[in-house]
Amino acid sequence: MSVPSVFPQLEQLLPRISKPIQYVGGELGAVVKDWDSAAVRWALMYPDAYEVGLPNQGVQILYEVLNELPDVLAERTYAVWPDLERLMREHGVPQFTVDAHRPVGAFDLLGVSFATELGYTNLLTAIDLAGVPLLARDRTTDHPVVVAGGHAAFNPEPIADFVDAAVLGDGEEAVLEITGIVRAWKAEGSPGGRDELLLRLARTESVYVPRFYDVDYLPDGRIQRVVPNRADVPFRVHKRTTMNLDEWPYPKKPLVPLAETVHERYAVEIFRGCTRGCRFCQAGMITRPVRERSITTVGQMVKEGLEFSGFSEVGLLSLSSADHSEIGDICSGLAQQYEGTNVSLSLPSTRVDAFNVTLAQELSRNGRRTGLTFAPEGGSERIRKVINKMVSEEDLIRTVVTAYTNGWRQVKLYFMCGLPTETDDDVLQIARLAHEVIRAGRAATGSKDIRCTVSIGGFVPKPHTPFQWASMCTPEVIDGRLRKLKAEINSDRSLGRAIGFRYHDGEPSLIEGLLSRGDRRVGAVIRRVWEEGGRFDGWSEHFSYRRWVDAAAATLPEFGVDLDWYTTRERDETEVLPWDHLDSGLDKDWLWQDWQDATSGYEQDDCRWTPCFDCGVCPSMDTEIQIGPTGRKLLPLTPVASAG
Amino acid sequence: MRRAGVPIAFSQGFTPHPKISYASAAPTGVASEAEYLEIGLQATADPAAVRASLDAALSPGLDVLDAVEARPGTSLPDRIDASSWRIELPGVEPDTLAQAVAAFTAAGEVLVERLTKQGRRTFDTRGAVAAISVISESAAPSEVTGVPCAILDLVVRQVTPSVRPDDVLAGLRVVADLEPPVPPRATRLAQGTLTAQGAIVDPLEADRDGIPIGER
Repeated sequence: MSVPSVFPQLEQLLPRISKPIQYVGGELGAVVKDWDSAAVRWALMYPDAYEVGLPNQGVQILYEVLNELPDVLAERTYAVWPDLERLMREHGVPQFTVDAHRPVGAFDLLGVSFATELGYTNLLTAIDLAGVPLLARDRTTDHPVVVAGGHAAFNPEPIADFVDAAVLGDGEEAVLEITGIVRAWKAEGSPGGRDELLLRLARTESVYVPRFYDVDYLPDGRIQRVVPNRADVPFRVHKRTTMNLDEWPYPKKPLVPLAETVHERYAVEIFRGCTRGCRFCQAGMITRPVRERSITTVGQMVKEGLEFSGFSEVGLLSLSSADHSEIGDICSGLAQQYEGTNVSLSLPSTRVDAFNVTLAQELSRNGRRTGLTFAPEGGSERIRKVINKMVSEEDLIRTVVTAYTNGWRQVKLYFMCGLPTETDDDVLQIARLAHEVIRAGRAATGSKDIRCTVSIGGFVPKPHTPFQWASMCTPEVIDGRLRKLKAEINSDRSLGRAIGFRYHDGEPSLIEGLLSRGDRRVGAVIRRVWEEGGRFDGWSEHFSYRRWVDAAAATLPEFGVDLDWYTTRERDETEVLPWDHLDSGLDKDWLWQDWQDATSGYEQDDCRWTPCFDCGVCPSMDTEIQIGPTGRKLLPLTPVASAG
Repeated sequence: MRRAGVPIAFSQGFTPHPKISYASAAPTGVASEAEYLEIGLQATADPAAVRASLDAALSPGLDVLDAVEARPGTSLPDRIDASSWRIELPGVEPDTLAQAVAAFTAAGEVLVERLTKQGRRTFDTRGAVAAISVISESAAPSEVTGVPCAILDLVVRQVTPSVRPDDVLAGLRVVADLEPPVPPRATRLAQGTLTAQGAIVDPLEADRDGIPIGER
């Protein structure tokens, strides 16, 4: 039975809300398919505002992969702002997709990509607006199967009550496998109802269905064990890894929005995974091993992506882009290709290394100079050893000075505050570093017209990292250190004037910490916050620390735990962690050893260039490092400008 | 422009911008069948080819109807001093609308308030309205069967602050308490130079036949 568009009802609300264009769809690259001829229908959600969600790579890739199947339909939905939410409730308009404005509740599956845990309250809004019961156990075959993905899905326990399933790791093949299972189950006449479908998904061993696992707790509040409550459900669920990225050159047809969004560029992942081993970095741990896309595929994707989209900016994405085995040739090849055009190329996520300045220089050949950001992450040599960020002060100064002497007037330096074992002095060293950078820059350029911005984020310990056992600092400690740092930066007025200081206060980080390492009991906190009006927690103007603290105080004591227990408490080696049954491939003993090495200042090399150090991922996931060099070059060598 | 392969010109300077300027763009939330823009090119191009390639590159619903080579002299904004609008008011009886229009026409001044970028402003809507009438019922489309739908025909002069269709509707509320039950749908039908006879001259006309606009 066909599903009518909600647009006629929605249209009447649009004049009364802010930025109505974000809800109308019509993007280049959007696909609208016939409802009735689709065997399986996915609604894909990025649980944040359209302007943030639209550029998301993960959603765009899955959208395209699914829509390439003739009998599958995928549409997109995003979090609606509170002004529209209010009107939708008043007028009975359900959560809708932006492609064909179909009600989300009518789809077979709702896939939600969580880059951050702060999107959880927006998930509840969307489910509720869709007319789907908040609790997974209350849903029937009439409701979509809610599947969580993205990095936060490596510990979906805090949202275990609200989602039907979670997928760990790369989504390309996972969505195809899930689609196949749903297609077959529907074709058979939906035998056994929702329970049977979820069971079939769980049996793949790569789809986690929380309802099939029971969690037992010890009297002190810690988890005793997590065990399947069905005979044929696996004890552990494994992450997915897409190998041979050249075979998955998505997005081919990037979405080009009519509305303004945070990134308006063609983004191509030049590799996935990172083995630098920064101990705080969840992305680097859970996306192993490194898999490069070859220089020729990158070149082809950039060419076709730009022709299709008309974008004038290209982002070469990865977790540490300068580490691609042929990054030099990629940059010079693309720079040559697009010289004299208005295409600008950027290389985010660079490490502290003078080589990066050379690359940035190469990419800015046609005069467009993108910003340079370096991330030493820690202020002191000692703390950088703790986090395994192998950057010496000399490296940093040399790199930044190279940037200044090559014409950059401004660089950004990124640090974290609240790291394990951190003292006031480690943070105050950031001021000394920044002063040194300006002093050396002035000496090298002979100019006073150079600046740096010190940007500071709060450290949040994440599951599947060596810091998963660590205690967090309280917001008071973080805010105190940042105050002292600011005073220290400005203690020298001349140097201080050349240094910008940006930071986030410690309160949102603490809540992110609760959600990152929480277990199923934290679901009660999320629900309470949402019921009290919590929305868009990633936005400082919407986030309310008080609301989270109050909700935690109202819901957690009955379990004998509290907010501190989840955040500032250090875990010991034997504690069962809420995500132990979810397999990222990392060997827990190796993670523990790396945590011990961290506190003794022992550094870990990168296995791309040094022998394997047995983190466990490749053997347990049956994967391998896939890197070049391929020795190939970008062809043709004719610059686009003169060819056209 | 890039998708269509139009050789768009860029401004000079540190961050070059494409040379595109929109003349009196329609406000958010209305439909339009008459939007005009000027683009600067790096080289002479066939207007028909530019039109076709831009039309093909744009999303469905955004149609490029015509393109002409601009002649030196006046610019597009100089040739646009009025817009004609059709406003559909579902759920409003044509008679009710006619009475409101009569009251509006009879008034010397109809003040309304709107939140602008400069803050809350009060301004007259009556003065800018060159023509206002209710389309007779027989001409009304019966797309929503069973629900009356009054249709307003409107010609508004370009003034500062600009008077938009929703401001005129606010004016009808002021003079006759007209409260449409659902948001009305406004469509811009034409823009151009308002002649003494009340017609609107297509702003591209001057470039098409070469007659300067002032000499008509």
